[in-house]
Amino acid sequence: MSGPRDTRRDEIRSYGIGYGLALGLTGAAFAIVHWPGFVSTTTLVVVLGLALVQIVVHFRFFLHISLPRSARDDLQLILFSTLIVILMVSGTLIILFNLRARMM
Amino acid sequence: MMPQGIWPAVLGRFVWTSLPFVRAWEHPTASEIIGAGAASIVIIGAVSTVALIIWFGKWRFLWSEWLTSLDHKKIGIMYIVLAFVMLSRALIEAVLMRLQQAAAINNPGFLAPDHFAQLFSTHGSIMIFFMAMPFLAGLINFVMPLQIGSRDVAFPLLNSISLWLTGGAAGLMMASLVIGEFSTGGWSGYPPYTELAFSPGVGPDYWIWAVTLGSIGSTLTGINFAVTIYKMRCPGMDLMRMPLFVWTALCTSILMIFAMPPLTVATALLALDRYLGFHFFTNDLGGNMMNYANLFWLFGHPEVYILILPAFGVYSEVVSTFSTKDLYGYTSLVLATAAIALLSFTVWVHHFFTMGQNANINAVFGIATMTIGVPTGVKIYDWIWTMFRGEVRFTVPMLYSLAFMMTFVLGGFTGILLAFPPLDYLVHNTLFLVAHFHNMLIPGLLYGMLAGYHYWFPKAFGFRLNETWGRISFGCWVVGFYLAFMPLYVLGAAGLARRTQEVFETAFRPWLYIAGVGALILLCALASLVVQLWVSIRQRDANRVFAGDPWDGRGLEWSTSAPPPEYNFAILPRVHGRDPFYDRKRNGDPYAPSGSYHDIVIPKNSMTGPVIGVFGAATAFGLVWHMWWLAIIGLLVIIAAVVARSFARDVHEIISADKVERIEGRWLRAVVKATSIPRKVEMKPVNQGLARVSG
Amino acid sequence: MSASEVRHAGLNLGNTDELTHEQAESAIFGFWVFLMSDAVLFALLFATYGVMLPATVGGPTPASEYKMLPAFLETLELLTSSFTFGMATVAMKHAASRGELLGWMGVTLILGGAFLGMELNDFVTMFGDGAFPTRSGYLSSFFALVPLHGLHVFFGSIWIIVMMIQVVTFGLDARVKINILRLGLFWHFLDIVWVAIFSVVYLQGLIQ
Repeated sequence: MSGPRDTRRDEIRSYGIGYGLALGLTGAAFAIVHWPGFVSTTTLVVVLGLALVQIVVHFRFFLHISLPRSARDDLQLILFSTLIVILMVSGTLIILFNLRARMM
Repeated sequence: MMPQGIWPAVLGRFVWTSLPFVRAWEHPTASEIIGAGAASIVIIGAVSTVALIIWFGKWRFLWSEWLTSLDHKKIGIMYIVLAFVMLSRALIEAVLMRLQQAAAINNPGFLAPDHFAQLFSTHGSIMIFFMAMPFLAGLINFVMPLQIGSRDVAFPLLNSISLWLTGGAAGLMMASLVIGEFSTGGWSGYPPYTELAFSPGVGPDYWIWAVTLGSIGSTLTGINFAVTIYKMRCPGMDLMRMPLFVWTALCTSILMIFAMPPLTVATALLALDRYLGFHFFTNDLGGNMMNYANLFWLFGHPEVYILILPAFGVYSEVVSTFSTKDLYGYTSLVLATAAIALLSFTVWVHHFFTMGQNANINAVFGIATMTIGVPTGVKIYDWIWTMFRGEVRFTVPMLYSLAFMMTFVLGGFTGILLAFPPLDYLVHNTLFLVAHFHNMLIPGLLYGMLAGYHYWFPKAFGFRLNETWGRISFGCWVVGFYLAFMPLYVLGAAGLARRTQEVFETAFRPWLYIAGVGALILLCALASLVVQLWVSIRQRDANRVFAGDPWDGRGLEWSTSAPPPEYNFAILPRVHGRDPFYDRKRNGDPYAPSGSYHDIVIPKNSMTGPVIGVFGAATAFGLVWHMWWLAIIGLLVIIAAVVARSFARDVHEIISADKVERIEGRWLRAVVKATSIPRKVEMKPVNQGLARVSG
Repeated sequence: MSASEVRHAGLNLGNTDELTHEQAESAIFGFWVFLMSDAVLFALLFATYGVMLPATVGGPTPASEYKMLPAFLETLELLTSSFTFGMATVAMKHAASRGELLGWMGVTLILGGAFLGMELNDFVTMFGDGAFPTRSGYLSSFFALVPLHGLHVFFGSIWIIVMMIQVVTFGLDARVKINILRLGLFWHFLDIVWVAIFSVVYLQGLIQ
């Protein structure tokens, strides 16, 4: 959450900065696909990277989660969840792609 | 003859032969008659229960004191009642299967293949989702808030909703005995067999929706318990001062939160295939059924740790109390629990080593699986060293703990064997595997739950259970387990596959006979528990322990009356170390109030839980039978109930300070009047729940 | 958890009782936990989508079905709605009148509705091309992931309406405030999932 001592202006600025950054990152991602400059794999990596940055922007400016300001329990929860998601998604992709290569 | 007119829309795909009675009438084989018999038992049981309640005029009492209660203690008790009822059904199913295999050696036996397949499917589904999960949720519900010095869980209404979702799902399982049939695809429900192409009937749908309702309930329970432990511990109770049972409850909750979603995804995608013709797991048009196994076991492996960790927590409590000694290696036990929880997310592929991925992937997961045995080993040693040089009292909970330590370790060894992919290739899906996981679940989970039941029963109900019948039951559980399952290791290694309705190798006969006898002894074990309860209730006045501390316990739960007052603690405790009540007993007056009494706010009862549970089950039933009107109405009622409840403002009631004083006074006067007793007479009626502290 | 730490800040419960403060802390944390379980659910649907992307079985493909402009507009609508909900949260904490809060909530609702409308139109267009979920494994996985997100937005919109009614009926009592904060968490979370959707689903599908 936003800090208890934040003024209204600080909070509006936080949302505004977040919105602006997110717009920029969104625009960049769409632009790089609409006007391709790289090989397709690189484009994909860039798009996913921009998405990751934008997700962090959302956490920081809309959800007010950041290392110095957030409660320890909340950070532990988010980091643990991230770990679990990475394990499950990467495990699924690796195993299923291996199976596809061998069997389908 | 198909119903005409509007009836198809109302009744969905119900036909007369959906009823087992009609099927038995048309084809009176032994198999069909057994099915009709089971349906009759359900109907008679339900009708007579309702009739008895009405006859004794107890509806109002039941509704207002229990069914709508948001009290974690009552919800815990109701979960355990559900667990025992479902245990009875699933155990009978197991006995039927054992008898069938003993009888069906080169002959068809008495159960048709289809019926046998339904039995192993319901047996597994019930034992996991409707016996084990409710049992552990019930124990944690009752004990954990008391142990952390709290008045209730974080979300009492959600607690009730979880209970009722589980109950509704269990009702759906019982309904499948009376109307229609159950899935024949095992508790894991693998497609493409469970797709429409091979299983067009209602069976897999019953399975899908019962499991879905139950898993939603479990996810909500996990959230509830985790937030309670994080946010509602009493002052002074740091994480490293929590009882081990609370630590295991915390890790179990975390597992529930993260492991249930994969199951929800797996069953939901299967439902999309079956209801809307999607192609996630079908044979054709791009389906990939291997992803189902992947998703299911992403859930399934953490699930088995959800089942075992609370049992480990019980053992920590029981072994310490009945060794009359502090728990050895508290920190290592905590670290081991956390390690088990984390590692449980890294081993799921060992459930499908043979599915076709390359040896490197199998090797990684095999190594991870072997690693996860290490922290469990640490715990076993910690418990052994707790007993060493302690004054061990061989009470029923302690007996279960000892049997666990020895028998579970055997099962652990076979687990390490199975963790080795080349070896797993030989015994995958044979009775060897079946023996292994029952070797973990029965001596591990079930003995732990029974130990917890015996240990905390006096706290919950105010009187001790009969020790003699407890020992008889224990003896039957242990002997029955060994006889029923050790032969299965031999049979599995010799090549007998699991889930087989007929056996074609006469050399297997003696082993199957022994296993059959074992199953019957297990049935005696269950019966002894029922007798024990009956006898205990009849002898309850002699065995009352109202003062509340029958075992000279260590945790805060023993510092209240038995049963505890609704608000648990008149004044929330402040703790200064581990084993706070034990310390208070040895360093002053443990029963002196630590301050003055105030008004206490508690949640009012609510019918939201029952409404969501009943209409959740109705929605599920409608989906199973394609009664779309019922499914839609059920869903709308649930949404309306949630929205309506959010508008409710008068949801608390106040217990006045005067009333608290009266309740506490009555208890404290009883404590003063009670005779304190040493441990050697704790099983005698002279035990009134007050511990003598020597020295 | 020390009392001086972030005490559900942004909530401004003022001088309310200790019990309400504690319950607010539990309520917000509990909702975060629920969102994490929902995140795992979505993550697995993304993984399934990735696994089934090649399973087009000679039918419609991502390149043939995804249209950049609608995806871009939907993204703008949802992102802006996150911003407007943020403004609503600020109004709840600082504004003198409820009108501002209700106004921002209403704008959020309209943007959410626009998002849903456009998305529904996309699906109808796809159906017109024969791109039904029953056509192939790839389409099944698309139609599990994206409409599930849409369903979440739909229920979020219902929740906005319910909260607007409650603001009018009860004013800003503690429960209403806590619920609006939780709704905010939900709404921002949905935008985060959409970032993943437009990147992993739409943009990946449109890369040449």
